[in-house]
Amino acid sequence: MMKKCDVIIIGAGVVGNAIARELSRYEVSIAVLEKELDVAMGASSRNSGVLHSGIHYKPGTLRARLSVQGNAMMKDLCSDLKIKIEYIGKLTVAQDEDGIETLHSLKEQGEANNVPGLEILDQEQMQQIQPGVGGIKALYSPSTGIICPYGLSIALAENAAANGVEFYLGHGVTNISKNSREFVVNTAQGEEFEAPVLINSAGLFSDRVCEMLGIDEYRIYPCRGEYLVLDKRLKGTLSTLVYPAPRKGGAGLGIHLTNTVDGNILIGPSSEYVDEPDDFASTSEIMTQLKKEGHELLPELSTTDFIRSFSGLRAKQNPPEVGGYKDFIIESRDDFPGFINLVGIESPGLTSAPAIGLMAKEMVGRFVDLKDKDRFVSERPGSVGFFHELPEEKKADLVAKNPDYGEVICRCEQITKKEILDAIQNPLRNSTINGIKYRSRAMMGRCQGGFCLPRIVEILKQEFGYKPEDYLLQSKGSPLFSGRVR
Amino acid sequence: MQNIKHDLVVIGGGPAGLAAAISARRNGCRDVLLIERAKTYGGILNQCIHDGFGLHRFGETLTGPEYAQLYIDEFKAQRLEAMLGTIVLSMDSGRNLYVSSRNGFKKIEAGAVILSMGCRERTAGAISLPGTRPAGIYTAGAAQNFINLQNIMVGKQAVIMGSGDIGLIMARRMTLEGAKVESVFEILPYASGLPRNIQQCLNDYDIPLHLSTSVINLHGKERLTGVTVAEVNEGLMPVPGTERYVPCDTLLLSVGLIPENELSRGANVVMESRTGGAQVDDTLMTSLPGVFSCGNVLHVHDLVDHVSEEAELAGRFAVEYLDGGIQPRESYIQIEPGEGVRYVLPQKVSGARDFTLSLRVAAPSRNQSVWVKDSEKKLARKKMLRLHPAEMVRIKVKANKLGSAKRLCVSVK
Repeated sequence: MMKKCDVIIIGAGVVGNAIARELSRYEVSIAVLEKELDVAMGASSRNSGVLHSGIHYKPGTLRARLSVQGNAMMKDLCSDLKIKIEYIGKLTVAQDEDGIETLHSLKEQGEANNVPGLEILDQEQMQQIQPGVGGIKALYSPSTGIICPYGLSIALAENAAANGVEFYLGHGVTNISKNSREFVVNTAQGEEFEAPVLINSAGLFSDRVCEMLGIDEYRIYPCRGEYLVLDKRLKGTLSTLVYPAPRKGGAGLGIHLTNTVDGNILIGPSSEYVDEPDDFASTSEIMTQLKKEGHELLPELSTTDFIRSFSGLRAKQNPPEVGGYKDFIIESRDDFPGFINLVGIESPGLTSAPAIGLMAKEMVGRFVDLKDKDRFVSERPGSVGFFHELPEEKKADLVAKNPDYGEVICRCEQITKKEILDAIQNPLRNSTINGIKYRSRAMMGRCQGGFCLPRIVEILKQEFGYKPEDYLLQSKGSPLFSGRVR
Repeated sequence: MQNIKHDLVVIGGGPAGLAAAISARRNGCRDVLLIERAKTYGGILNQCIHDGFGLHRFGETLTGPEYAQLYIDEFKAQRLEAMLGTIVLSMDSGRNLYVSSRNGFKKIEAGAVILSMGCRERTAGAISLPGTRPAGIYTAGAAQNFINLQNIMVGKQAVIMGSGDIGLIMARRMTLEGAKVESVFEILPYASGLPRNIQQCLNDYDIPLHLSTSVINLHGKERLTGVTVAEVNEGLMPVPGTERYVPCDTLLLSVGLIPENELSRGANVVMESRTGGAQVDDTLMTSLPGVFSCGNVLHVHDLVDHVSEEAELAGRFAVEYLDGGIQPRESYIQIEPGEGVRYVLPQKVSGARDFTLSLRVAAPSRNQSVWVKDSEKKLARKKMLRLHPAEMVRIKVKANKLGSAKRLCVSVK
């Protein structure tokens, strides 16, 4: 099959999806090529889910400008996309005089970046915001927030799809060439796409996309961050984010506790360079360390509160021996007119994504005519949050209208059959078990699907005709079952 | 929203809930409502198609569904009322329940409540298993559901981590269905399942059991391709140099059961960390007046026969409570686990009636006695040829022996 369009986007992470959604406001045809069977399978879904305020980045850099702009855009965006967002603020805590100095320079830097509301707090003021917090002074940034990272990525893609963007999932790019006018992109499916504009938002694989075009100046060094997920029992123990004052030359912001919008707490991330851009393993050394630090940071923590571990990878541009950060690469290449190249979008990539979408749109506008669509729908249907978060009266109304809301399938997270059916019938037509998990939250609770996975398997069989070989965990090579019982 | 009232609400329709409801009816309660999440009665017994149930109670070995059916028949014969396909979403300390089903969302005010929700399995995440997260990793119970209830095979070459009873049963089941079960690896120096299951599920099928050995890494990005195992030292840490790779496409976890007490916690029932269940007195009443607990939600049992017995007591005492015969007391006799005892319950007794203690020992031993003492005064003793953490010990104590005891200690000597 040969498909002609105006714009090809490689990589359906949060950045690719934000660009796709921004471009879907205009009369252009867009194809998003993604090697995985779902969007946001790399760094976009595997992070702390924090909206950064922008205090940590050198003024004048893309990271500084786009994070502050993205943070400010996020509130309206989340309201349109019907996803949860909470601006819970952050305390960056100093333990000694050196730390206090760091706080002052962070505040100055933040103010130069136009971060709103920064304040240095003394111990008494710190206690009012987060009782029990240690340290002698803190920098408070009220615009720091939390968001569900895969929720945002999926919602951006779904809204883009509703506005005409075509998502090709399971289409890993195998070759890219350029003829006189167009980029020609081949995928593992044996299909060919042609467009005058090509956008590289392949994240951890962005250097490989560059290489396919003969651009060899970039290299990504994956830096793994491991996390532990805590039981919702501890919901409410943290009212704000608490970070240690950063050390110089570190690759991350240090191990800390992060509340999620869904009521869990994350411990992490660690920071360790690995060889492969898809090495998402957890290690016993780091998990032991995270548990130890978790117990120190959160005295209420019990050994039975750990429900899951996961890890993400930062797309670092510096090799391990150099460490630290480099600014995002977002460039319109003169040597390949029409090639818009995004490399090294690590933290604060999630926060910056909406602003990156705008910036990429400006670049695209130089190559194709961006005429406003008559009917761009900015809102995603549905409501913010989950059934179990509604007041009792509202629940009763919904069950009366649709009995599928009355049937709770995932008992840990209290996810109803209606929500599972919605997740199965998602607009991107992902049909994997993890796709259902990321969309509905079923299987994300303390029993980790031990109870509801068998029931979801039953629903897929009874209502969608699944055979044993049809069930995939996440990828084509991840069948759940080996067949029928003989 | 519909608002209804019942004298007694039993939460859960597995072996504990069925026996509790039947017992409440037999003890004279006219208004019992049983709430069960699934569309059928019987709970986990439905997927336990192996035999060995009922030896103590009925003197014969039944399958899980057969054992459940005896109680289901009796439940129906007693014309007891049930809501099937209904989940209790929350309960408050005043025994108000919010329940949801396809028939609607309701509030129920209960005169008394029996908690009999059972337990869940500990997962790979709960034990922080290192490595990748590919397909092919199941709790033994989930695999049992797929194979026995849905006719779906989970894999062809399996490793079992942990020697809990469900893991042992599934080692045999996988073998019978044509899979190759490589080994069972148990981190402790002794098996955690019943001796009869070691014999009938492993030895009879030549499946090796490796003690003091654990799975320390998972391999495979999409489907599991193998696990690394290693011997562990006394501190349960891997011994360097003993690692070896075992190829497999399936890992079944049988690494412990956790009482499912989220509802109880939501109602602020006082919990016991040693059991993962509620603290109860000799009537099986929790810290909340009128709220009772029994079965695997109270503490994990090894035999369903004991679940049924315990639940019958809970049913009887709940009726006594409704009749005004049980009041919370000012003071209780506290019961504490001593040397060699992992846990004992009830945690406190009134002293007004005879009672049976249920306990688990901390380590296996032979020719020992379990003692119940009031400081140095010996109140009860049970001689045991063998003691094993996998086997719950029950010991009767007479009220007339208690005297003025304030604190009893249960120990192995």
